[in-house]
Amino acid sequence: MSDTAEPEVVAPPPTTEPSMLHGVPLSDSRGQRVLHPTRAGYLKLVRTLLDDTFTMCADLTAVDYLTFPGRSLPEGVEPERFEVVVNLLSIERRERIRIRVQLPADDAIIATLFDLYPGSEAMEREVFDMFGISFSDHPDLTRILMPEDWEGHPLRKDYDQGRIPVQFSTDFAAKERAQ
Amino acid sequence: MTERADQDIDVQDIDVQDIDVKGIAVHDILSTIRDGNEPEQGLKARSELTARELLREVGAVLRMSEADAAKLGDIPLDPAEDQTMIINMGPQHPSTHGVLRLMLELQGETVLRCKPIIGYLHTGMEKQGENLTYMQGGTNVTRMDYLSPLNNELVFSMATEKLLGIDGDIPERAVWMRMLLSELNRMSSHLLFMATNGMDLGAVGMMIYGWREREEVLRFFQKVTGLRMNHNFIRPGGVAADLPAGWRDDVLRLLETIPPRLEEYDTLMTGQPIWRGRLQGVGVITQAEAIALGATGPILRSTGLAWDLRRDQPYLHYDEMEFDVVVGTYGDAFDRFAIRLNEIRESIRIVHQILDRIPGGDYRIQNKKVTPPPRARIDESMEALIHHFKIFTEGFKVPEGEVYVAIESPRGEIGCYIASDGSATPYRLHVRAPSFVNIQCLPHMMRGGLVADAVAVISSIDPVLGEVDR
Amino acid sequence: MGLVHDIQGDGFGGIPHNAITAKLEDLVNWARSRSSWPASFGLACCAIEMMATGGAHYDISRFGMEVFRASPRQADIMIVAGRVSQKMAPVLRQVYDQMMEPKWVISMGVCASSGGMFNNYAIVQGVDQIVPVDVYAPGCPPTPETLIHAIETLHSKIESGELLKRRSVTGAGAGLHVTEIERGAQPIPVILGSR
Repeated sequence: MSDTAEPEVVAPPPTTEPSMLHGVPLSDSRGQRVLHPTRAGYLKLVRTLLDDTFTMCADLTAVDYLTFPGRSLPEGVEPERFEVVVNLLSIERRERIRIRVQLPADDAIIATLFDLYPGSEAMEREVFDMFGISFSDHPDLTRILMPEDWEGHPLRKDYDQGRIPVQFSTDFAAKERAQ
Repeated sequence: MTERADQDIDVQDIDVQDIDVKGIAVHDILSTIRDGNEPEQGLKARSELTARELLREVGAVLRMSEADAAKLGDIPLDPAEDQTMIINMGPQHPSTHGVLRLMLELQGETVLRCKPIIGYLHTGMEKQGENLTYMQGGTNVTRMDYLSPLNNELVFSMATEKLLGIDGDIPERAVWMRMLLSELNRMSSHLLFMATNGMDLGAVGMMIYGWREREEVLRFFQKVTGLRMNHNFIRPGGVAADLPAGWRDDVLRLLETIPPRLEEYDTLMTGQPIWRGRLQGVGVITQAEAIALGATGPILRSTGLAWDLRRDQPYLHYDEMEFDVVVGTYGDAFDRFAIRLNEIRESIRIVHQILDRIPGGDYRIQNKKVTPPPRARIDESMEALIHHFKIFTEGFKVPEGEVYVAIESPRGEIGCYIASDGSATPYRLHVRAPSFVNIQCLPHMMRGGLVADAVAVISSIDPVLGEVDR
Repeated sequence: MGLVHDIQGDGFGGIPHNAITAKLEDLVNWARSRSSWPASFGLACCAIEMMATGGAHYDISRFGMEVFRASPRQADIMIVAGRVSQKMAPVLRQVYDQMMEPKWVISMGVCASSGGMFNNYAIVQGVDQIVPVDVYAPGCPPTPETLIHAIETLHSKIESGELLKRRSVTGAGAGLHVTEIERGAQPIPVILGSR
């Protein structure tokens, strides 16, 4: 193994011009197409894609950008705290496309995809459970992974991992306090 | 934290478009969201649900209008019959699929509705992944689908490499090693399916036979990776170590012992009338239902659609491999069993081709920022020591961005979505688990069936609760 | 046949070299250790290794344990194999309570013993916070050999009567005392074990 120059690990240059697809800004993320609709245009866009052979909803998840507000987004897209990320798959064309919708923290509600993709039911429940983002008109918006009476939404950035620090037997101060 | 409002606003009055109007108070909207009558994580009898709720359950999946769905005459919709019984199966249950809880509504022996309740194995892996470096991430991700851990590690490594921009620079030997391990993992996972499926249906001897074959594969894994399960061997940049001496003979011995045993399974199960009687026509799902529910893997292939990511969106060097995608016709449990049995044979074919073509070379990318140096160099070079220290304590930094990579695991499409903020730990790590989505097929497969077939249906989906709950 | 001839020839005087005598307690312990049936409580990856232990290669049937009883009422040993989440903890306790005395618990794997690598909000940090554990088997997952070693350790303790003696001194098997810890500034060490 030599110490001579090797490929550096760098980010690819960000694309500057926002191209559009179905009237919505389209960006490129490591070669993958990403659409950025507004919350109002979200359902309409998904319906358009469904009619355009994207018949399977591969994945629906969310991200809490509380501690990383400065992420790069195409022009015209305002960053908010929450983002709902939907990955759609077109079996006919063997293509994937991603949708990222911005949701504000105080008003984290978005339309459900259940009527278009019934397979999104469990995934939306998980997003509700983990982030507190609600989906309007969802048939059963209850907690799915945590117990029913759990308080808080674990995957939010202001929710701690909950590590219990290891208590060492040489921690004499703690032993004294216990007595 | 969401709060429940005391009054219920009629759902029909709220239009989805109105959600954007800032004037509507949040709690008003939230009260409309709880559309259903269901108790939290419970099941109510059909008689207590509105027609709209019931029809949405079925009709939405079949993408029918409500009027058409009402014409589905296979189950008596008359809620006046107060003979239904709600029973609870699990979470601790001898059917060896982990901690899955099912609420079944039965009318006599017929299953009317079924609701899977999960979360009994929720481990907070996605949260924990945000505090682990990318080198440690494999240990976390590998325990999700614990029956095919190498596939979990593979998809995580591929997503990391895509973010790093080195996905085109992985050395050839590493790529072929990854394929070899992934296919052997597919074989061991399907052998375990044979074992548990057999035992669930009463062929208790099958449990012993399946595990016997699986031991052979696990012995090979122990020789190569050091562990029988949860290996953390496929890492970003390549694999952790090279194949040991004599591995070729071990693999050849494996490939010789397994095919005759598969013939034995055919004798014991495939052609046998009792086995067929128990599996044919049980747990039927149509292609439209499967696509609507997002089911992938053997479930989707059993409905007749030849969708396999290894062939349709190839990764590694699967586009150079010659193998068949096994497809069923009826979408029933027997088709899924036969598909998995034949996928073992296809994996054997692929492993033969890999044995012929695997090149020599590096087993991981020679990029000092990503790969730790060999241990011997640490004594000689200060730089190597610093790199080793940095990589193992702080971790290497991954540029900002987000990416979704999907591969074909034995259960279907497993995807890894990583959003990075430029630091050494993922900002958001999400794994799209195939079993999580496939379990949604359970209610539709069980509708109208007998409760005695419930175990057969669960077993034919082959869920792994580790990845369902993460 | 020798025994029959001995009795015919010598009455009961001929029996001693064909019969053993022992204390009843020892015989019962001997029987219990060699025929302890596990309750299946396989949760995650460790469950797979537990099943492998039951397979032909490692075979716990040699130790009398191949019948995993589905019903806890019929089981003696509960092998907690896998990570116990917050949602599963009450279920675990319920199954343990349904088992009949004498009962023992093997905590298999690091997740069951101490929370393992998952030191977070979702996993109970050690199943001994919920049920009293007799033997801990480390490993992630423990290989079948480790599990067999743990089982054999438990069996030797059952056979020597050590475990039941200790429990009768300190209180019945399921006695577990937990102090209420206030959510405050200072962490208070949890003292486990019997009082």
